[in-house]
Parts: sequence; structure tokens; C-alpha cells
Amino acid sequence: MDLQPLAVPGAIVLCPEGRIDHTHADSFKTALDSHLGACTAGGPLLVLDFARVSYISSIGLRALMLAVKQVKAQGGRMVLAGLSPLVLEVFKISRFDMLFQIFADREAALAGLAAA
Amino acid sequence: MKAIIWGARGSLPVALTHKQIRAKLVTALEGAIGRGLDNSDKIAHYVDHELGFDVRGTFGGHSSCVEVQAWDQATTTEHVILDMGSGLRPLGGSKMARYGPAKPQTYHIFMSHLHWDHIMGFPFFTPAYIPGNRIIIHGCHEQLETALRRQQEPISFPVSFDQLGATIEFRHMTPGQPIEINGLKVTAKLQLHAGDSYGYRLEHGGQTLIYSTDSEHKLDNEAERQAFVDFFREADLVIFDAMYSLADAISVKADWGHSSNVVGVELCQLARARRLCLFHHEPIYDDAQIARVLAETRRYAEITGEAPLDVVAAYDGMEVDLTPP
Repeated sequence: MDLQPLAVPGAIVLCPEGRIDHTHADSFKTALDSHLGACTAGGPLLVLDFARVSYISSIGLRALMLAVKQVKAQGGRMVLAGLSPLVLEVFKISRFDMLFQIFADREAALAGLAAA
Repeated sequence: MKAIIWGARGSLPVALTHKQIRAKLVTALEGAIGRGLDNSDKIAHYVDHELGFDVRGTFGGHSSCVEVQAWDQATTTEHVILDMGSGLRPLGGSKMARYGPAKPQTYHIFMSHLHWDHIMGFPFFTPAYIPGNRIIIHGCHEQLETALRRQQEPISFPVSFDQLGATIEFRHMTPGQPIEINGLKVTAKLQLHAGDSYGYRLEHGGQTLIYSTDSEHKLDNEAERQAFVDFFREADLVIFDAMYSLADAISVKADWGHSSNVVGVELCQLARARRLCLFHHEPIYDDAQIARVLAETRRYAEITGEAPLDVVAAYDGMEVDLTPP
């Protein structure tokens, strides 16, 4: 999956798209993992812009959980942004909204990161 | 086939507290203000149709026990039970009330595993004390008999296993090798749980019931996911361990041996099962929390965009008829 990485001052923005379900979760995880190593204390902050994600299933959520766990262990920071109402519902139903910092959109996430 | 839930709660039986009952009463009475409920019919309609189940009832407190009625209940003398949690006590009471001690019955009991909450009802199963009754305990664990004898040793219980009047037999099953009882086909499947647990697929008269509790699902294990999809395939009812939220099940409570409502929906939809029954409720959840989980699970089944799936939450006393609508 092409996450269309975009480097902005102090952050990397990733933009997955489509369904992240059992069919696509492996390629999503592989693509995401390649960006995690740089996300350390003092390194770039990681923003996952979910604006073009239409659905995420349990296996996709697991990939996110593993990613944020690694980033936190490295002293870095990873946040989510731009979840559609339906994808946000999935996060709430699965209680994943309690595991992540979620911003309304990419701009809010970057503004929040700048203030952090 | 029909399933009757006698114990829906996971891990430990629970009882409503006086504060919880008071809160239900207050909610119901506040909701009644201004409704002119001045006769029994109006009150009954209000209770049955205006109040949520979490207010007018309770999901209940007994640990795992399910009765499966496969044969004509007017004539059969044989009965099928899944697990022997504390719900086995009222189940036994209902059978005694119907048949008494003079009409010997045979009970086929299938054990998911031998943890305490799944065996604790047996010393209180009155039919086990009645000579003439026959109890056949089926399972895949080698220690079936040991587990039941041990909990009735003097240090734990005043009546020893050998004092039970019924004839008690143990039949070892092998996963994947179905057995048949009067046309009821039962197949066991190994599940991930401390000390192993086993799910059961029961097929009779073209209907299929799955009992899959105390079962953890590792999301990165594609082969196991497919194996469960095959096991659940086209089932009319899947009674599923939905104890935790997905977040808990794969993070802080990973390796605790239980699953989530989200994974239940996904497996059932992949398997094209017709109905999912949330089971083995977390003992710290009150009725409002279980009702919330049920509503969210129904919504998740819509969000996935997969096959339609009916979702219910088990409660003590619930009856689910597997006959297609």
C-alpha cells in the first residue's frame, strides 16, 4: 500500500486509503513499519491522515496498535487525523479511541504537534 | 433446534446489588411520569415495550451453561447441555420440576474446558443425585473425571462424587472427529485458552449451532482465522466469547484467553453465519454496559459492509429458536 509520505517541518504525514481489512492489512502494516524507525525522541512526528480510509477492521487496528507501541518505546509520537465518522465509529466500538490521540484533520494534528 | 441460555456470564457468577435494582426502579418510575399508567395493561405495555432490557430485566449472573433442545421435547428422555457453570443448578431444577425422580433421563454434557466457572454447577445439579438418571460427560480433556471428582473432595464440598446416585460416564472426544447421538452430529475444535478449550459445532435437521467460548483469536494467525471461518460456516447461531473490547483483548488482556465482539462479527460474517450471540459477559459489566456493547456490535455488523448478521446478547433464560424465519 502506498502511504504517500509527505515530509513537513518536524513531521511525516502518511495517507493510507481504501479499506484496511484482512485483505489489505498486511500491505498496510508493511508500508507503515518502514516509517516507524525514524520516529524517535527528537525525530519527526508521525501523523496518519485517515481522511481517505473508508473502513478499518480488527487486523488493521492491530497494525496501528503495534506501530504506536513501537513508536512510544522509541520515545517518539504518532497521532491519527481526519477519521471519517464511520471509521471513528469503529475506533469507538473497539475502544481504540482510548489508545490514540485523534485529531479532526491533518492541520489540527500538525498544530497540536507544534504546540506539544 | 433451540438454545436456552442458563448461564451467560463469564469467569464468575454475579448478582445484582441493591443499588443497581434501585437505579432500575428510579429510571423506570421517572420514565413513567406523565404517561397515565393507571391500569395493568398500560403498565405492562410500558415495561415490555418502552423500557430497555437493561432497565426492565438483567442479562444475569450465572456462569456458562447452555441447553440445546434438538429432539421432540414432548417425547425425548435425552438432553444436551454445554458446560456446567452455575447455570446448571436452575437447569437441573427445571428438569426435576418436569420429570421428577420417577422418570429417568439421560443428560449429554459437552465440556468446553475444565476451569472453575465451567464446572462449578455440577455439585448442585440435582439430577446427578437421582438413581436411574444417566449423565454422559463428553470432552476432549484427559482430566475430565479428575476435575469433577476433585471439586467434590471434602476440602471443597461436603458430598463426594461417589455419593452421587446417577450413573455417570465420561466419553473422550477427538477434535475434528464428529460423534452422533440420535441424529445430532457434534464436532469439537481446539481453541486458544490456558489449558486448552474446545468449541463445538452441533448439527441436526439442517440446522447448525456453534458454541465457542473461552477462545482467544490471534489476529495475525491467518490459518487459524480460516479454520474458525470453516468451523462457523453457514451456522444458524454462533454463541461466542465476547468478553472484552477489541482494544483490551489484543493489548492489556492479550493472552488472557478471551475474545471480543468485533472479532465475533468479523468471523461470523466471513463464515456467512446467520446470528451471533454475545456470550461470557465480563463480570464487571453492569446491564447498561452490556446493552451498550450489544448496540455497538449491531452497528459494527452494519459498518463492515459484509453479509447481514443478526446480533443478540445472551441473558439467563434466553431462548433462541434456530428455525429460519
